[in-house]
Amino acid sequence: MGNLKVNIKDLYLKNPVMTASGTFGYGVEFADFIDLNRLGGIIVKGTTINHREGNPYPRMVETPSGMLNAVGLQNKGVNYFIEHIYPRIKDLDTEVIVNVSGAKVEDYVAVCEKLDVLDKIHAIELNISCPNVKQGGMAFGTTCAGASQVVRAARAAFGKTMIVKLSPNVTDITEIARAVEAEGADSVSLVNTFLGMAIDTETRRPYLSTVTGGLSGPCIRPIAVRMVYQVAHSVKIPVIGLGGIMNGKDALEFILAGATAVQVGTANFIDPAITMKIIDYLEEYLQRHNISSIGEIIGGVTI
Amino acid sequence: MKKYICDFFIKENRRINENYSLLKLSPVDGSDVVRAVAGQFVQVEVPDSKSTFLRRPISINYIDRADNTLWLLIRNAGNGTKALIEMENYRKLNLVLPLGNGFSRPGGKDAKVLLVGGGVGVAPMYYLGTELAEEGYGVNFLLGARRDSDLLELDLFNNIGTVYCSTEDGSAGEKGLITYNSALNLSWDFIYCCGPMPMMKAIARYAAKNGIECEVSLENRMACGVGACLCCVEDTSDKGNVCVCTEGPVFNIKRLKWEI
Repeated sequence: MGNLKVNIKDLYLKNPVMTASGTFGYGVEFADFIDLNRLGGIIVKGTTINHREGNPYPRMVETPSGMLNAVGLQNKGVNYFIEHIYPRIKDLDTEVIVNVSGAKVEDYVAVCEKLDVLDKIHAIELNISCPNVKQGGMAFGTTCAGASQVVRAARAAFGKTMIVKLSPNVTDITEIARAVEAEGADSVSLVNTFLGMAIDTETRRPYLSTVTGGLSGPCIRPIAVRMVYQVAHSVKIPVIGLGGIMNGKDALEFILAGATAVQVGTANFIDPAITMKIIDYLEEYLQRHNISSIGEIIGGVTI
Repeated sequence: MKKYICDFFIKENRRINENYSLLKLSPVDGSDVVRAVAGQFVQVEVPDSKSTFLRRPISINYIDRADNTLWLLIRNAGNGTKALIEMENYRKLNLVLPLGNGFSRPGGKDAKVLLVGGGVGVAPMYYLGTELAEEGYGVNFLLGARRDSDLLELDLFNNIGTVYCSTEDGSAGEKGLITYNSALNLSWDFIYCCGPMPMMKAIARYAAKNGIECEVSLENRMACGVGACLCCVEDTSDKGNVCVCTEGPVFNIKRLKWEI
């Protein structure tokens, strides 16, 4: 059987399939449906220094081949994570990666410092791309200066593998990727959601309480694949691809475009066991194409 | 309660009228329908849908153990549910179930209990009524709809309790909204309610004003159904924003921050 192992700097994954932040809770929500230990990694819900209530309802609307969300980083804060969640998930035989978000640079730093000392957390994903918060989030991720500032500060506070999650809501995603690479990011993950909007024509109001929200699902996949392809050719650090992966073929598209690993997000809502099917498909694909290691086909698209 | 992903087939699609269908589903593998209680719901994948994407959350209408079928009462509320009510017998449907929490119980068996259902909101009330009746409670229903042909499963309700009705056009029961039905003014210890939001709020207001225990079943727009996406939140007085899918869908009105 082909080897699915990949690594992102010092983060060793048994396979390239991770779950995207905000779509998989803390993993335990899916324990009835799948063997969590088969996953390459679990990226847990965006975590901030303080408890956040998130945005008012309604936060979600279905759109063609996708959905808009405006959750707004609802979470109970990093201390709650450390005290109540970490003990429940630290002994899973998969990598647990914490997605870190904040309104101010100091907030990112404070969360990084607290996570740096947790033995079983080998990596974080710095979220500079959440479109659903008024302060911080995407505001950092849409300029090179903003992205550099957060990554520089977080880098000093976190010694292990640091992935930076990029926003697609920019003119040139490669320049942001290069900026965070220059500040010491070990990897970039892309893409976060696209800023979108939907209007109820009967009430003539937006469907979301926040007016705009983040678009995810297969509708964004071709754009995400294109961005992964461009970024993989622009930086030397490994790229993690996500955006509308619904099956094994979709995951392979990202890998062939240059992603070392992938994240499955919205698809978890439709099939809670989809990640297992994707891993099965990758195994079957390697066998069928007589490939000994998935590493051989990363960026392997023939142009 | 452990959750499952399970393939069912449509044993019977009983089309009630142009807007409603009762789907009786049986597990494809011949296993028993999993244990679930009244108030819980399932997430239904809509096959071959061209315009919808997410699963549809549908409350459990009944589990018929003799027939080994799970009943889903479905209203045409958009392209997803329209596809479901038009589905032919023997089509396969993939379900995630059972989700959420059930209704609680009133105190003593002599409690005066009223189950209020409006439109497709009657669905969980039937299952709850059967549970309560089996447990020895006297069961009373207050059911409402636009017109008599939209009063769903009336014969079934009549078999297990006393039924009061309202229709907006007066074609059955009292004329007008359910919230003005004279049965409400009888003496009640516990009211359960599921229906359109204005109706639930009016019932909640009545219950709160009269010191009656009241539980409502919410249907906030949801994506995952398992507490992962945090989209279907309801603001509560004790825990702030909570997921309706995992913390509800049944809530005691005391927990809700409704302005009633």
